[in-house]
Amino acid sequence: MNNEVIIDKIFKGSLRAVGLVLLGIPLLLLGVMFFYSLPSIKAFGFRFIVGQTWDPVKGMYGGLPFLVGTLLTSLIALVISFPFSFSTALLLSEYLEGGILANMLKSAIELLAGIPSVIYGFWGLIVLVPLLRKLEMTMGIPPYGVSIFGASIILSIMIIPYASTMSREVMRLVPGDIKEAAYSLGGTHWEVIKRVVIPTSRSGIFAGILLALGRALGETMAVTMIIGNKNQLTFNVFEPGNTMASVIANEFTEASDTLYLSSLIELGLLLFVVTAIINFLGRKIIERYEIKGDDGALLNE
Amino acid sequence: MKESVLFERVILGSTEEAKDIILQLVNLSAYFCESRIVKNINLAIEKNKVTSIMGPSGCGKTTLIRCINRMHEMSPGGTTKGEILLYGKDINNMNAIEVRKKIGMVFQRPNPFPTMTIYENVIAGFILNGIRLPKNIMDEIVEDSLSKAALWDEVKHNLGKRGIYLSGGQQQRLCIARALAMKPDVLLLDEPTSALDPKATAKIEELIVQLKESVTILIVTHNIAQAARVSDNTAFLYLGELVEYEPTKKLFTIPRDKRTEEYLTGKYG
Ligand SMILES: Nc1ncnc2c1ncn2[C@@H]1O[C@H](COP(=O)(O)OP(=O)(O)OP(=O)(O)O)[C@@H](O)[C@H]1O
Ligand SMILES: [Mg+2]
Repeated sequence: MNNEVIIDKIFKGSLRAVGLVLLGIPLLLLGVMFFYSLPSIKAFGFRFIVGQTWDPVKGMYGGLPFLVGTLLTSLIALVISFPFSFSTALLLSEYLEGGILANMLKSAIELLAGIPSVIYGFWGLIVLVPLLRKLEMTMGIPPYGVSIFGASIILSIMIIPYASTMSREVMRLVPGDIKEAAYSLGGTHWEVIKRVVIPTSRSGIFAGILLALGRALGETMAVTMIIGNKNQLTFNVFEPGNTMASVIANEFTEASDTLYLSSLIELGLLLFVVTAIINFLGRKIIERYEIKGDDGALLNE
Repeated sequence: MKESVLFERVILGSTEEAKDIILQLVNLSAYFCESRIVKNINLAIEKNKVTSIMGPSGCGKTTLIRCINRMHEMSPGGTTKGEILLYGKDINNMNAIEVRKKIGMVFQRPNPFPTMTIYENVIAGFILNGIRLPKNIMDEIVEDSLSKAALWDEVKHNLGKRGIYLSGGQQQRLCIARALAMKPDVLLLDEPTSALDPKATAKIEELIVQLKESVTILIVTHNIAQAARVSDNTAFLYLGELVEYEPTKKLFTIPRDKRTEEYLTGKYG
């Protein structure tokens, strides 16, 4: 064996090792969480997921309020943020070519992604919560201020960059010759966007939404500060609630006995699984919409 | 839109007979920012004939034909000077969208819309313009356009398949069908066979000759033999200038200009 073959072997071997380590980390994580959740899994079984009461004093741990809280805040945030992320993506990819406004907008969006979540939390407490309180008073409902809705608004701002950047990139990647073909048939700019650019990039736009959703599901600090941390099952978004991530962050230090701790860890496991399921479903949808070409009218570009 | 059709009678080259002229370029120049790529071109295109434009790479062939359907102005820095008369009316005074419906284009690389089926690709012009037609009329347009593009027999059972699953040659014929569906007066082809193999090329060349009965064709080509095979008239462009414009036979047998002769004998590659 000459040197090059040996080097090649070592190189391949180490790449494979890195791959295995990366494969092992989530498995290890899952395994450890599962192991520490065992006491709570044994005690409650499936009732842990459908149980509505979370009462550490009585030793009752049902995670449904947090599951609902998590899904509710994330989905509302997604709905609020989508028009903004989509329109900025469209604006930046189709309407502004360079220029000061484009650069400023791009930096602003990047900045949004870089702000620590505790600062969003502060901003929410100081600005958003009082505003919501006023709104709730004029609506004639209990003026909590801190609420699921408040958390959703903060989340919606936090996730804009993820969906926006991804959609912008995929729209920019729509091959120019396809757009030219559309113009040459007499399409207007808007028609070309509607009939060619958006359909061609829809799987990427969806992937961006998924990325944003993943971020929203797991966001902890800002949500914890604004959601009101009330362990109750509610679908009224103007009431305080809790998410899986925020209840873990809030109560982890107080968890005195094994069952309490184990239940919190099981919540973490549940969050992990929910995120994985949503990712899996999303990936299936993306695959369905993905445009595959034999000789790559699109993919080889 | 039917406006009064005005035929200009123009004497072309040295032939004495009068001809039907559909398109006339008058002192046409095209620019990218400051640089003048197409220089003061005067050219009269005969109706229902195939006119080829040839010339070495970079001489401005693509730029020239992109002026004719007002696509040049969409490129950054692209501007034109001069007139382009379609039936005697300057297209630069018309709505660009309307111009593009009357003057169709087929590109160098086949570019069917990847999200659309074969059927949708053919009627893409209608979809893009938000024109809704009854299903039976759509079906008719699809069959008619695909037949004209010599693709109908190959795809009639697969109209619901995505256009990008076709072979390169079939994709290009699909693009021709897509342009024909708009019933254009003029069809611009920019090196339509340069990405295709000889068999697919032969098929498209045959098609071009058939098509001239219903549409006037302007084809850019690198391939001298192709110009000789398909075209009635040939324009030779060199460094953005029109060097010679003659009936194809004449230009190929007795070129007037030395540069044309050198190009035909392969001096510019
Ligand atoms: N978008 C553009 N911006 C600036 N200059 C351009 C642009 N496109 C083309 N040009 C220049 O214009 C000239 C003519 O280009 P054009 O594409 O019309 O040539 P062509 O004759 O079609 O060549 P080919 O046979 O290689 O396709 C070239 O010198 C090219 O560098
Ligand atoms: Mg060209």
